[in-house]
Amino acid sequence: MNRLALFIPLALFVGLSLVLLLGLDKDPTDLPSALVGEAFPLFNLPSLKDEQNVVTEQDFNGEVVLVNVWATWCFACRIEHPMLNKLSEQGVKIIGLNYKDQRAGALAWLAERGDPYQFNIFDAKGSLGIDLGVYGAPETYLVDADGIIRHRRVGVVDDRVWESEFRAIYEQITGTEQ
Amino acid sequence: MRLAILLLLSLFTFAASTEGIESTEVIESPEAKKGAEVVAFSDESLRPRYHQLLQELRCPKCQNQNLADSNSPISQDLRREIRRMLEEQMTDKQIKDYLKSRYSEFILYRPEVNKNTWLLWGSPVLVVLLGLLILLRHNRKPKPIAGGEISTAIGGAGTASKEAPTKSSDQQRLAELLGDKENQQ
Repeated sequence: MNRLALFIPLALFVGLSLVLLLGLDKDPTDLPSALVGEAFPLFNLPSLKDEQNVVTEQDFNGEVVLVNVWATWCFACRIEHPMLNKLSEQGVKIIGLNYKDQRAGALAWLAERGDPYQFNIFDAKGSLGIDLGVYGAPETYLVDADGIIRHRRVGVVDDRVWESEFRAIYEQITGTEQ
Repeated sequence: MRLAILLLLSLFTFAASTEGIESTEVIESPEAKKGAEVVAFSDESLRPRYHQLLQELRCPKCQNQNLADSNSPISQDLRREIRRMLEEQMTDKQIKDYLKSRYSEFILYRPEVNKNTWLLWGSPVLVVLLGLLILLRHNRKPKPIAGGEISTAIGGAGTASKEAPTKSSDQQRLAELLGDKENQQ
């Protein structure tokens, strides 16, 4: 018994090492989302292209969409943009949430890089951003036909992320093979 | 005496832990005043609650800063939201719940006690209990010895008389064994 007790420090050390080792693989910026499984928050905001035109969550109700949070000040959004164009060509419906941005600059961005969005929500003050728990751009939400958020990605969506995180859920809720 | 030491030790542990909390707050508060904008409240009684909330809520973008310390755009927005909610007479709990429902529990620097955090909250108590347990065990062990033969044997006069016979009998046996061997050789 006493001899076994001598191994307690070693066991503690090994245990702690394992815990810390597992922690190394975790991305500390990857926060748990409070909104997956919840309804997309209600909003009432102007569209990017037409200041007079007010858009709400009703505008994509009943459809499976990606809601992509972007801004011209967001460098990673530049990297992500071609992927959004590609997804849009494949028939994925994407709603843009232009987050805390300048209208003119955002429109120029779309003219220059292509417009993969069905429409853009112009959220100058970030109010919908707060309701979504956005803490950086880009962020992408997969919303099902019932308006429920099914997945959230903070950071760039590229081929790898689409394949590993989105594709299966997307195909399941649309009932299609992409 | 031992009990007194135990009590002192445990008191010290508690004192150290509370002291730790206080010192971090002292470090944070001047920065908090520096980071926060000049804000106007309709009712000055909201101000202390505002600063308290900024201390306890975490910036979701910058991770290791609270809302008071951080000057990132998201923190500015959240500070504005908190001011708005305070002006709307929402309670601290309502404000925290509002943010928690959006940014998850991550945003609370003082996490709630639930099934994920009971170990975190309970660990100081567990460590103190473990320490007490070890101390008690440690102290109990020498006790039977203290009252028994060896301790009196160490300094006492009885030692010689008690050990002498054993010693001499051992030596006798040794001599016999050696003697036998010598005889055999």
